[in-house]
Formats: sequence, structure tokens, C-alpha cells
Amino acid sequence: MMQTKTLEIAVGLFVAAGLAALFVLAMKVSNLTAFTDDTGYQLVAKFENIGSLKVGAPVSIAGVRVGRVGSIGIDHTTHEAVVKLNINKEYTDIPADTGASVLTAGLLGEQYIALEPGGDVKALKAGDEIKLTQPALILEKIIGQFLFSKAQEGPTKQ
Amino acid sequence: MINRLQTLGRWGLIRFERLGRGSLFLMQVLAGLPALLLRPRLALQQVYATGVLSLVIIIVSGLFVGMVLGLQGYNTLVDFGAEESLGVLVALSLVRELGPVIAALLFAGRAGSALTAEIGLMKATEQLSAMEMMAVDPLARVIAPRLLGGFIAMPLLAAMFSAVGVFGGYFVGVGLLGVDDGSFWSQMQSKVELQEDILNGVIKSVVFGFVVTWIAVFEGYDTVPTSEGISRATTRTVVNSSLAVLGLDFVLTALMFGDF
Repeated sequence: MMQTKTLEIAVGLFVAAGLAALFVLAMKVSNLTAFTDDTGYQLVAKFENIGSLKVGAPVSIAGVRVGRVGSIGIDHTTHEAVVKLNINKEYTDIPADTGASVLTAGLLGEQYIALEPGGDVKALKAGDEIKLTQPALILEKIIGQFLFSKAQEGPTKQ
Repeated sequence: MINRLQTLGRWGLIRFERLGRGSLFLMQVLAGLPALLLRPRLALQQVYATGVLSLVIIIVSGLFVGMVLGLQGYNTLVDFGAEESLGVLVALSLVRELGPVIAALLFAGRAGSALTAEIGLMKATEQLSAMEMMAVDPLARVIAPRLLGGFIAMPLLAAMFSAVGVFGGYFVGVGLLGVDDGSFWSQMQSKVELQEDILNGVIKSVVFGFVVTWIAVFEGYDTVPTSEGISRATTRTVVNSSLAVLGLDFVLTALMFGDF
């Protein structure tokens, strides 16, 4: 028979590990809360349409990830999407006339935000808004426009 | 023809009789549970025997199942340029199905067989009869703690299996194959629901834990008290509880995620 104390400690550890696993599943795997690293600064960008952009999606410059989407909300007067971008603290020199657009990684992939730096000598500071934004491309709209323009051309000659 | 029918009828009756015996046995054991509150240490020892000692196989299997899911999922998803969805694939398969089911199958093989063999040997060496002679109810003293111990241990093991598996998939997907770290977690968090997926997975593992432990203690208690009888009972435990887990999994999945 095992020592009572050792037994109790072993069972205690087991139960704690099981509950910790449940906690991890609830917190990290499902969407209860996001473990965001808040070392850096925040920028704001307003988009006409963000498609299916999600919190935590990458923010990149020239394909290099410089931050993540921190939160997504809506502007109650203009009804535009307000996206807060958490930029890592080492990228402090993003020009003030930088543009932001919502792009898709691959044909069916996840959407992310690409920043296109301008030539301004002034840099964006924490809380600044990115003025130049391009909305997400909605595939259905493009197909719709394409079909519409094809239909306007009239029937093709054989 | 009549003889065949008779054989079939006898077979059916024996099955039903066994099911009935098992249910009556369960009722008696459940009646013995309140007495266990006075001596929780008995159940504690069983949580150790069924849970803590099964940790190694559960964690190692979980890790490897997660890693294989990561590899296979990546190879398929990368063709569609959707490798960011790897996190969703790994997490949903583990939390909904693989975690509870594989943990229950391993639990039946690792802990259920041991329970049956232990109780069967107690019966064969007449320890259970000796307890009855001393006016100790073996159902309350021996069986009830084992049932409760397995019932507590199994959901915790399944949760650990899923959690370790997700990190196995993360290790392969993000660490080795280069899926974006943030997309892996953010896609997972946006698709996996607490109630719909995780809670249903936990309910599954609770049901499986109960069924596997019930079959294991019943087969042990109902064994023919010979060495051959114990070996057959142990085999039956593993086979029957695995079949029960797989069958119940389909029923539970249909109830939880199906539209009927």
C-alpha cells in the first residue's frame, strides 16, 4: 500500500492537470478570451468592408508580419468597420501616409491586413488613424460585376 | 429450423438476462455510493489506480494523434491554400471526437481490464465471499469506489488528451511546417465554440467513462471464478466497452450535432 500522503499528492496533481486541460480548452482553444501580447502600440483603420477578417489576423508590411488585428468594431455614424491594429513595438517607423488594405492569403485562405508604407517623414504614433484604406474584395461582387459587364456586351458572335 | 430459432431465442434471452443483471448490479452499487462519502479515501485510491497510472499512455497518444492530425491536415489543406485552418481542423477533431473516443478506448484497455482482473481475482480467491461473511457489503466497499474513481478519472483524461493533442498539432503545424502562429490560434478560437464543441466533448467523455467503468466492474463481479473465467471476463471488458464506446459515440454525435 502506498503512503497516504504521496497518494493524495499524486491524485491532487492529476485532478489539477485535468482541470488545467479543461481550462486550456475553454480559454485557448475556444473563443472565451484572447491571450494577446500587448507589447507595442495600437493604430486604427476604418474600412468600408472587411470581408471575413478576424481578431488575431496578421498585419503585414511587404509580407512581413508586424502585428495583429486587436479588435473589430463598427463606427456608429458612418457604419464603417473600425479595426484596431496592434503593432509590435519594434516597428515604430511606419510613415504617416501609409495605406491599409484587406487582402486574402491564397484563393480561399484567411484574410489579413497589408500596410503599404508611403513616403512621409513623420511616423504614425499610438492611436493614430490610417486614412487610406481599401476594403476587402468580395468575390461574389466581382463575379456579379463581371457577368453584368459580359451581359451588356451582348451576345457574342459565332 | 425450429432448432435454429430456439438457439437464437436462447442467445437473445441470455443477452437480455445479462443486461438486466448488469442494471440491477448498477442500482445496488449506486445505492452504496452515499456510504462512500464517509470514506472518500477509497475512491481516491481508485482515481490514482485508474487515472494517474493511465496518464503516460493518454498523454503520449494525445501528443502523437495531434501531431499526425497536424501533418495529414496540412498536406490536404495546403493544396487549397487554406493551411491557416489547420488549427480548426485539429481542435475540432480532437475536442469533438478523437479526444473522448480514443481516451475511452485507451482507458478501457489500460484501466478497465485491470479493474476486471482485480475484481475477478478477488471473486476467484473468495475475498468477496469473505467480506460478506464479515457483514461487509463488497458492492459498497469494493465496487462503488472503483466505479466512482473511473467516473472521475475518465473526463479528466479525455480533456488532457485533447489539450495535449492541440499542442501536438501546433508543434507540427506551426513549429515544423510554418503555418502562421496567430492564424492557427485565431481561426481555432473563432470556430470552436465553448458550449457546442467543448461542453459536448466533456459530456461524451463523462458518458464513456461511466459506461466503460460499469462494464469493467460488472464483468469482474460476474466472472466465472476460475483463471480461464477471469481471462475471458477481461477480454470481454475490453471488447464490449470498446464496442459500447463506438456505438454510443455515434448516437451521441447524432443527438448533439445532427439535425434530428
